[in-house]
Amino acid sequence: MKELGKRVLAGDIRAASRLIRNLEDQITDTYIAIQEIFKETGKSHVIGITGAPGAGKSTLTDELIAAYRKQDKTVGVLAVDPTSPFTGGALLGDRIRMLRHAEDPGVFVRSLATRGAMGGISKAVGEGIHVMDVLGKDKIIVETVGVGQQEVEIINHAHTVIVVLVPGMGDEIQALKAGLMEIADIFVINKADREGAGKLYKETMNMVQMSRDKYGVSKGWVTPVLLVESVLEPHKFAESVEVLRDKIDEHYQFLIDNNLISERMRRKTAAEITEAIWGSVLAPVLEQLETSGEMKRMIDRCLLKETDPYSLAEEIAQRFMKQRPGTS
Amino acid sequence: MAKRRIRILLAKPGLDGHDRGARVLARSFRDAGFEVIYTGCHQTPEQIVATALQEDVDMVGLSCLSGAHNYLYPAVAKGLQENGAGDIVVVGGGIIPEKDIPPLKAAGLKEIFTPGATLDSINEWIAANVTPKE
Repeated sequence: MKELGKRVLAGDIRAASRLIRNLEDQITDTYIAIQEIFKETGKSHVIGITGAPGAGKSTLTDELIAAYRKQDKTVGVLAVDPTSPFTGGALLGDRIRMLRHAEDPGVFVRSLATRGAMGGISKAVGEGIHVMDVLGKDKIIVETVGVGQQEVEIINHAHTVIVVLVPGMGDEIQALKAGLMEIADIFVINKADREGAGKLYKETMNMVQMSRDKYGVSKGWVTPVLLVESVLEPHKFAESVEVLRDKIDEHYQFLIDNNLISERMRRKTAAEITEAIWGSVLAPVLEQLETSGEMKRMIDRCLLKETDPYSLAEEIAQRFMKQRPGTS
Repeated sequence: MAKRRIRILLAKPGLDGHDRGARVLARSFRDAGFEVIYTGCHQTPEQIVATALQEDVDMVGLSCLSGAHNYLYPAVAKGLQENGAGDIVVVGGGIIPEKDIPPLKAAGLKEIFTPGATLDSINEWIAANVTPKE
């Protein structure tokens, strides 16, 4: 296992992919390899792309890769698609839009399944970013699953969050709701040649103008709303994605100039620690309950109304935790 | 320790736009509990090899109905071997004459599935023959 971290540091693509996989599969001792690379992390600009299913996230990501490659920047992509809640299988199809970069050594695309995580990304995304980071990628793009209103976990990992909207998804009230619409650093109105794009633009602009400055600095960031033309007109599409690329970089510069990067790093680190504790504390308990058959018996007892999930959780907590918060 | 999930790359090399079969397989693999990465049509062997490495898959499934399998399938197997990924299982499917099967196997294809192979039989073969490396 020690080897793996060294191979990743040496730029071995398959080792990098394997390390991400060890995190996904929760292989014991994976933390040793993470230990080896962790010191080298923190250099890349992480960009999150999120939005509803079919909004055009993958196609946009593909063009964004091209736009960055024009500037000779290297790009890592973590593309997340959903795991079936029934079979545990997954069809990872984001990559199909990014095939033209398959042989470009400056581009590394890794598909991830959510594996039951609910926040729109996979639990392995945080470490996946570290892996791409130590491979020296200038830009790391995280494409979330197609999200609804509140899968907003991407904000814990990305420096710059892009929310992709398309015309025809709902009325003005949707734009006023909490969640997804609050997390954008940049809005993209995709498929802007479609009917309703003008109205959506107006509504989104209204919403942005009503928002308070979330960064609390004197010259704050006004969330831009960008129109991206149809992919059916490749030149126009490429041009509008280059405008997006420049806005993304402008936002990163804004974070740097206003000393806001460290705050984002704290948030990211807190999320990662939480995730790691989840993996090292809760996961083994659940696994033991599962393999010993106790989980099945507990379900039976609950269904017979002999007990309830909360009493069971209390029981489990008393058994597994030597020192419980508040009881020490 | 959690169990390894099998990762499969499904690819269509060459000039062949008929991917109904590959899509049906992708769905079937998903339902069998595997993680499937599907590339779509018109891939070169080099692209498929690069993708297999980036995705750290356990198996590459190739589908080609154009008749070019004798060139394309061994090229993928060879590319993987040359990149230190000879442990990735390569299988092929399609309208493949029986006489082509022994040379394909000699070139590194572990199994060839021809018309009539059922989805269940393919899934069972994978469960029995593809073991994720530690």
